[in-house]
Amino acid sequence: MSSPVPAVEARSVVKLFGQGNAAVRALDEVSVAVAAGEFFTLLGPSGCGKTTLLRCIAGFETPTDGAILLGGRDITAEPPNRRRVNTVFQSYALFPHLTVRENVSFGLEMLGRPRAEIRDTTDRMLALVQLDAMADRRPDALSGGQQQRVALARALAPAPEVLLLDEPLSALDLKLRKEMQAELKRLQHETGITFVFVTHDQEEALAMSDRIGVMSGGRLLQVGSPRDIYDRPATRFVADFIGETNVLSGMAEGAVARLPTGETLALPAACSGPVTLAVRPEQLRLAPPWEDGALRATVTGATYLGTDSRLRLRLADGTEMVARIPSVPGGESVPAPGTEVGLAPVRGAVQVLAE
Amino acid sequence: MSEAALSRPAMAAAARPGRRVRPFSATGLPGFTAVAVAVFLLLYLPIAALIVYSFNASNSIVNWGGFSLRWYEAAWNNRAVQDAAVRSLVIATVAALASTALATLAAIGTTRQGRFRGRMAIWGTINLPLMVPEIVTGVALLIVFGQVRAWTGYQGLGYLMLAHTAFCIPFAYLPIRARLETMDRTLETAAADLYASPWQAFRRVTLPLLAPGIAAGMMLAFVISLDDVIITEFVKSAGQDTLPTWMLGQFRRTLTPEVNAISTAILALTLVPLTAFFLVTRRRPPTHR
Repeated sequence: MSSPVPAVEARSVVKLFGQGNAAVRALDEVSVAVAAGEFFTLLGPSGCGKTTLLRCIAGFETPTDGAILLGGRDITAEPPNRRRVNTVFQSYALFPHLTVRENVSFGLEMLGRPRAEIRDTTDRMLALVQLDAMADRRPDALSGGQQQRVALARALAPAPEVLLLDEPLSALDLKLRKEMQAELKRLQHETGITFVFVTHDQEEALAMSDRIGVMSGGRLLQVGSPRDIYDRPATRFVADFIGETNVLSGMAEGAVARLPTGETLALPAACSGPVTLAVRPEQLRLAPPWEDGALRATVTGATYLGTDSRLRLRLADGTEMVARIPSVPGGESVPAPGTEVGLAPVRGAVQVLAE
Repeated sequence: MSEAALSRPAMAAAARPGRRVRPFSATGLPGFTAVAVAVFLLLYLPIAALIVYSFNASNSIVNWGGFSLRWYEAAWNNRAVQDAAVRSLVIATVAALASTALATLAAIGTTRQGRFRGRMAIWGTINLPLMVPEIVTGVALLIVFGQVRAWTGYQGLGYLMLAHTAFCIPFAYLPIRARLETMDRTLETAAADLYASPWQAFRRVTLPLLAPGIAAGMMLAFVISLDDVIITEFVKSAGQDTLPTWMLGQFRRTLTPEVNAISTAILALTLVPLTAFFLVTRRRPPTHR
């Protein structure tokens, strides 16, 4: 998968909107390289700059500073119609006056491909997204899911070097969204095209991506595989944004950190000074309160969720904690509120965060 | 239709328990029906009378003498009417085409170039002719074209064509601009993304989607030009009567139902394309979302 030349690369891209003191830094020195054939996701809350970065790659926005490279070539100054990049828009942006077939063949026609090639490729794309039967309809005669697939076929037909997807699934209902996630993975696999996918939905990002770049406030905070991002979040923001997490502050004393309660937690690596620690709720285990390495906690509430129970607890210094306790068939129920328990992190569960 | 039928009982049901909180309804005002009927009669009864008397067999425009097409025949064979009709159609066609072309460019310029200094001023300048009294425009054109006539010696229909084009621009501009503003800009972005050059994007995406607006603008301009009296009266040279100014001239003599016949023909000429346009555009769903 790793290729010497990245399919698309952003080098210290800065994008300011507005002027002078009122300027908003939508992108702040963002550098990222996406390998050929990769499914790369830009993940972050709305307003984090992920769509702006996508629009800079597509050519709809010009970076204030920095460079965009496509296959190693600097395309920062090229207009969108000269970039071998296609976009699937959040609103689909299908041409309402053209049929499904005409929509899909639009890019190939603009590229001036021979008529026979346009026809064959369009047929192939319509078959790929299973819309052969709808070829002569207009977009408004299709359902949301079908329009989505037309938008995909239209963007894939010219065989771009990189396909950009701007929250394409956000308008679909949950069931359709799950289907389209699988469909997107299949299409990416079959076409071998590099996908850059933008979403604010962390579950979607974890389920689909080869790698994820987490963004906040115009900055790229962490890039890594879904596992990396989830198991080893680099910052408090990443830990909070991806799934649920318990954040504790403490004072590192070599191999352990001392919490405000006076108890200690083993650190993954020795360090010193004040530290912020993160522990995932499902990586906490209930233990007898006197067990060595367990934190003493009082249960404040519990919610049964089927596969597990979500337990709310409070440490001696008042810190709120959450633990996910797996359901055991025929086993005993989770402790009632008010019960004193021990909370033991499993091996490798404690992560040190950068603020 | 069915929606209105459904919502009425629902509204009544909602209003009942609250007693006094009845939503304001114009139809509930005293005398609403009488006023409405009076207004419609005032608007359409004279036109109905005009049409009916165009088929009058007698010479009078008020006394009915039986059904006949003689005044249509008379108008059709009247040399002056023929000339004026052809002149009217030529001027209206040229003015509609020219003003629509200019209005389309103006609309694109004012909606697609982003915000620039003086955009509101330009917008106002384009629409101001709607507010300037026609008589003022007429006098102004009379003076300016008088000068041009003196310098160039040109006496043709060009003055009328120019004048009509000018006052038709705001009428053509409004529907085109309205259409452009409701059009989804993402479609043009998508065209550029799919390798269309700016010209191709305009030609293949913007223009087809704009077509109904352009057609509406052109139709409006044509009708406005066809109908104009005041400015034409000031600008025309001798022997350059259009149909409306010729008809106005007839009022100095005895009126015959020939004027009714010509008016009915102009009415038909105006309503037929407008109705056709309405039917054609209604069939298609709106193209923006």
